[in-house]
Amino acid sequence: MDFNDTPEEAAFRAEARAFLDANATRKKPNEPAQRSRYNEGPEALAQSKAWQAKKAAAGFAGITWDPQWGGRGGTSIQQVIWNQEEANYNVPRGHFEIGLGMCIPTMMHYARPEQLKRYVGPALRGEEIWCQLFSEPSAGSDLAGLRTRAVRDGDDWVINGQKIWTSGAHYCDYGILITRTDPNAPKHAGLTMFFLDMKTPGVEVRRIKQISGTSNFNEVFFTNVRLPDSQRLGAVGGGWKVSLTTLMNERLAVGQAPGPDSADILQLVRGLTIDGEPALANAAVRDRLADWYVKTEGLKYTRFRSITALSRGQTPGPEASITKTVSATKLQEIASFGMDLLGQAGAIMEPDSIPAQGWFQEALLYAPGMRIAGGTDEILRNIIAERVLGMPADVRVDKDLPFSELPKGAAK
Amino acid sequence: MNFDFSDDLNQLREQARRFLKDQSPTKAVRAILEGQDTYDRALWKGMAELGWLGAAVPEAYGGAELGHEGLCVLAEEVGRAIAPVPFSSSVYLATEALLACGAESQRERWLPAMVKGSAIGCFALAEGLGNPAPGLVKARVENGRLTGDKWPVSDGDIADFAVVVAKDAGGTVGLYLAELNAGGVSRSTLKSVDPSRNQSRIRFDNAAVQPLGDGAQGWSAVERLLDRAAVLMAFEQVGGANASLDMAVAYANERFAFGRPIGSFQAIKHKLADVYIATELARSNSYYGAWALATDAPELALAAATARVAASDAFYLAAKENIQTHGGMGFTWEMDCHLFYRRSKLMAVQLGSNPYWKNRLVNLWDAQAA
Repeated sequence: MDFNDTPEEAAFRAEARAFLDANATRKKPNEPAQRSRYNEGPEALAQSKAWQAKKAAAGFAGITWDPQWGGRGGTSIQQVIWNQEEANYNVPRGHFEIGLGMCIPTMMHYARPEQLKRYVGPALRGEEIWCQLFSEPSAGSDLAGLRTRAVRDGDDWVINGQKIWTSGAHYCDYGILITRTDPNAPKHAGLTMFFLDMKTPGVEVRRIKQISGTSNFNEVFFTNVRLPDSQRLGAVGGGWKVSLTTLMNERLAVGQAPGPDSADILQLVRGLTIDGEPALANAAVRDRLADWYVKTEGLKYTRFRSITALSRGQTPGPEASITKTVSATKLQEIASFGMDLLGQAGAIMEPDSIPAQGWFQEALLYAPGMRIAGGTDEILRNIIAERVLGMPADVRVDKDLPFSELPKGAAK
Repeated sequence: MNFDFSDDLNQLREQARRFLKDQSPTKAVRAILEGQDTYDRALWKGMAELGWLGAAVPEAYGGAELGHEGLCVLAEEVGRAIAPVPFSSSVYLATEALLACGAESQRERWLPAMVKGSAIGCFALAEGLGNPAPGLVKARVENGRLTGDKWPVSDGDIADFAVVVAKDAGGTVGLYLAELNAGGVSRSTLKSVDPSRNQSRIRFDNAAVQPLGDGAQGWSAVERLLDRAAVLMAFEQVGGANASLDMAVAYANERFAFGRPIGSFQAIKHKLADVYIATELARSNSYYGAWALATDAPELALAAATARVAASDAFYLAAKENIQTHGGMGFTWEMDCHLFYRRSKLMAVQLGSNPYWKNRLVNLWDAQAA
């Protein structure tokens, strides 16, 4: 065992580092993790787009993509190396993961060549941003229960319905959209996928204000939205299969929940006292710290095992399912315990008077969302049980019934 | 990044798994659990013939020189089989103590015999209740004579010699070699939750001992030995956790209730998914421990504590939830679930329980992150 790169990997790492050194500022050693609030302003989007364009021009945007689409034709391990290196620099983050990680790869499988020629380049260069219009008010974990209708009308389709939890819809230019085209077929069989311009008439985006006060997600309403059949992806009734391509990429894209981790709670503990003694001397505190350290380290070395598998040309295991569920739960625990440690002032978020500028309090408010987005704790456990442990799927009472005859429940 | 065992060692793992499946089925574990014998002698002999008892011992002493990564691989398989043999006492502790601290003459005296399986060593630290601490060491060596009451000593009834932690006349902690068939030594078997592994009480009354190497190495030598053994124990625990999980999954998939396999119920699935997560995190932490052990890295102590905490929790979780998954049959003598349950809790306290390791972890982490 060792932690060294192969000569090829080392060469790529040096190349990545040279580009980053020339184009970005390196974080100071031990610089605390990003603590600023989620930046919703237009300047953040502009910076993000500019950085993406720079990366694309240098061949660091579509590292694993085919050169015909502006990619590098590189390996997954090169992508990992790039991500490791980029994380050491202060560069804009966000905005492109869903489009480039999920939507465009789906397009590559199903769109026509002339469409790919039109859309892939601008997406890679950050000129156009894509979103994924999947979840609905009554179709979250049970995505195939979606109700947004697409009805054929000559060469067009007319869309009516509502999507929800659409990340970034408010700044996105295009989206991929899954709809129900046959309510009389069993639920998985009556779905069809499309892509669309978010400025198509009849599309309305409303931002959702979350517990934390930020608005990363949206509701998207469709009222008589007319799409040409040429914007269909995959077969009529084949939408479920198309969505699996997208979601497979989602699981690779979803990673560690961002926020205060074990090193940050240690830092907090060091500055506090309990009954006049250093908090670090308190047995209850030490017990919790040890548990979180063990989890953080365990995730780190699980990731190293996956990277090793990639480096050896193997497919990594279900690491992402473990990472997301463990890190999101740990985040919520750390946030909550960090507040407990502050005693009566634990709920206060005044950045000037509260340690870490209120980072733990902020994390408490967004952590519940981390346990849901990209697969709930429960769905991820189902995935582990069924795909890794080989346990039988749940009995599906709705599997073979026409969608129109399924019990719908009282909730909208 | 090369954070996995080599192809050769993965092949060794496969061989080891086949051998133990054949030679150490749970029937053999039960034979020790229920019978009079203290360990599986035939299995021990087979392990010696395969070179496992000297896996990390230099060739000069007859060892196989597979290195400590090789020993980690074997430990995992020994744990998977919950093999009823003194592997941890003799190989992770006594052998490692001789290699780390022993004088050349002491190594020559014991290592070749241990590698061949004709001599067994054990490690005598505890003196009753409590986790490892220098203040709890009351055993005294004066003028080459040891007096003290050591219990529990894993495999103390089986071993030919013990590496004993004792204080000298000046109160300095050191390691001593004591032959257990010599005068002044009396041994009695202790009843424990896991009778498939021997636990003993050894009383030394003016028994002749030699200092191991220089003798008064201090408490840090004891900690270092425990750290090294903790990594290997963690691999055994990961193996045991995996075996318990496999058993639970197999049963959940074949047992029907309410017209369907119970493994299709989320209550069972999610429970076992949590066991899987705990086991994988323990495995990953143990891999890091293997790297630190094999390279003698300065990170070893913290890596060992991390692996140990994760693996003790994972094995116990896997073993107890395996019983619950089996329902009523799970707590019968007839089913094998209790063999793993017993072993998981025994292993969680051998070398010190998690409060000790968590305390050590936080001290080391705090120092490292300073």
